[in-house]
Amino acid sequence: MNERTRITHPRTTAVRPGPARPPAREIDELTPLGELYLDSLLRSQRRTAFGVCAATIGLLLALAVAVAELAGWRTITMFGVQLPWVLVGCAIYPALWGIGYVAVRLLERNERAFAELMHQR
Amino acid sequence: MDAWSVAGVALVTVVTVAAGSLGLRRARTTGDFYVASRAVTPRWNAAAVSGEYLSAASFLGIAGLVLVYGFDMLWYPVGYTAGYLVLLALVAAPLRRSGAYTLPDFAQLRLGSTAVRRTASLLVVLIGWLYLVPQLEGASLTLTAQVGAPGWAGGLLVCAVVLTAVAAGGMRSITFAQAVQYWIKLTALLVPAAVLATVWRARGDRLPESSNDGWLHPLGSGLDHPLYATVSLIVAICLGTMGLPHVLVRFYTNPDGRDTRRTALIVIGLLSAFYQLPTLFGVFGHRYLPELASGSSADATVLLLPERMLPGLPGQVLGGLVTAGAFAAFLSTASGLTVSVAGVLTQDLLPAAHHRGERIRRFRASAVVAIGVPYLLSLSGLRISVAATVGLAFALAACTFCPLLVLGIWWRGLTDVGALAGLVTGGLLAGAAVLITLLLSPRGGWPGALLAQPAAWIVPLTFAVMVTGSLATRWRVPRDVGHVLLRLHAPESMTGDLPSLDRSAR
Repeated sequence: MNERTRITHPRTTAVRPGPARPPAREIDELTPLGELYLDSLLRSQRRTAFGVCAATIGLLLALAVAVAELAGWRTITMFGVQLPWVLVGCAIYPALWGIGYVAVRLLERNERAFAELMHQR
Repeated sequence: MDAWSVAGVALVTVVTVAAGSLGLRRARTTGDFYVASRAVTPRWNAAAVSGEYLSAASFLGIAGLVLVYGFDMLWYPVGYTAGYLVLLALVAAPLRRSGAYTLPDFAQLRLGSTAVRRTASLLVVLIGWLYLVPQLEGASLTLTAQVGAPGWAGGLLVCAVVLTAVAAGGMRSITFAQAVQYWIKLTALLVPAAVLATVWRARGDRLPESSNDGWLHPLGSGLDHPLYATVSLIVAICLGTMGLPHVLVRFYTNPDGRDTRRTALIVIGLLSAFYQLPTLFGVFGHRYLPELASGSSADATVLLLPERMLPGLPGQVLGGLVTAGAFAAFLSTASGLTVSVAGVLTQDLLPAAHHRGERIRRFRASAVVAIGVPYLLSLSGLRISVAATVGLAFALAACTFCPLLVLGIWWRGLTDVGALAGLVTGGLLAGAAVLITLLLSPRGGWPGALLAQPAAWIVPLTFAVMVTGSLATRWRVPRDVGHVLLRLHAPESMTGDLPSLDRSAR
């Protein structure tokens, strides 16, 4: 991509009107129906995004409390390493990547569903 | 004087400057300067994001903290990684789609308020400087420990290389340099870690000597209120990552929102691979460098360990390798931060320049200020651990930009008054906590714990202030909030033909 991009400050440039094209254009005019469609996209993405964050932070906090409170875990060892070290030092990372993978899939699915809904009309 | 370390530092410096001058031939427009003209693929960009993100705190700091405090410090790298997950889910794609270059741009675009923009600019500069100081301290520490250079030399070397590479080529040149630096850093820890683990197995040593050691157990760090500290640290890092100025600007270099999420996912993988290693150095350090636990030089663990475990030539070669990796860490993080802070200084805190050549000249002058001020601060001799200072920068970002971004992207009702009230509240409280911790280092009891790890109580407070302030000024909700949110959330394939958002025209 050797395309040149002209960068100017947002406060110094003027609006460039684009060609009118449905369907996003219609939502952009913010008719009551357009607002409804926008809200449905926002709702589905919000549910997914905050669900993923709650799962992530919840997992970490639960693990933090569990390794602190469950003294029994310290007597379990894997390859000579105590279980809390294995969990927090190593095993948590693939779990985080897995949550991220699911998040990308879900968020893209919501976007596809929205695009299809718009084109069906 | 250690020849291998000198060779390592020299090599990394040459690679950085060479990559910078490669980009120099191609950096022709201001767009190249700030965001590499938005044409970087997810894989390259993920390596560059990781290269930029793995700072002195990750490379040196974590191992030192693990050596001193043990298990509880494993949460630092976990948080550093999880922060990207939160960023991926909540802000990556919408922010890329907003078309803003910086956090202040986003504030202006969403709320149309110059006051919020200026406040955000000020916070970007403060967070950037707070993050730069430990990078430069780490550089000085490294050169002192490895080649016996005077205390001011390492930081000055980093400043010189960063200004040469950054001011010459801007964002385009550092994209390439930073992607390379991720792999340098990974190699520089992976090879020594593999060799040292083999040595350790061959000796049949036990780690650590006694299983009664509090060091080994959760909440055994010996600090006050360890569970609160752990929880607050997780909150600060998870929510602070999205507010780091140098991280966000890197995501703007992706072509679209979808690529931005994919980049973030690859970043999580790359960080996970890296963060297995500092812990190993910390554990070995606890066994073989016990004298560092009581002094203030635990940050040197990674640098000193190879020669301690493996005297003679092999240890020196590995020592040179980790020194090179450490320098890659300082250079990449410092260059990313310098570009971001300089960009904000040029755009928002200096009068507007209309001629292109004048803009680039001002950008270069701003870069000198952006890294010069933290260099002077780094000479002041306030020594708290590198990772702890970086943790405070995360806390400040979490207490200010996290609520602004989350509410701005996901809630229609945010107003300029609410946002400003929240930024000021979070910024003042977190700023005060940071200053008190750095200058007075209060030790014991709840006040010390609450100030050293302020995120857990300030972040909810900032959210509350922003929401309350917005609800109280409901008539100030921008009339075009629907237009903005549509562009933030709808895929580019649908919104590409819409008129671009522009505040000045309304």
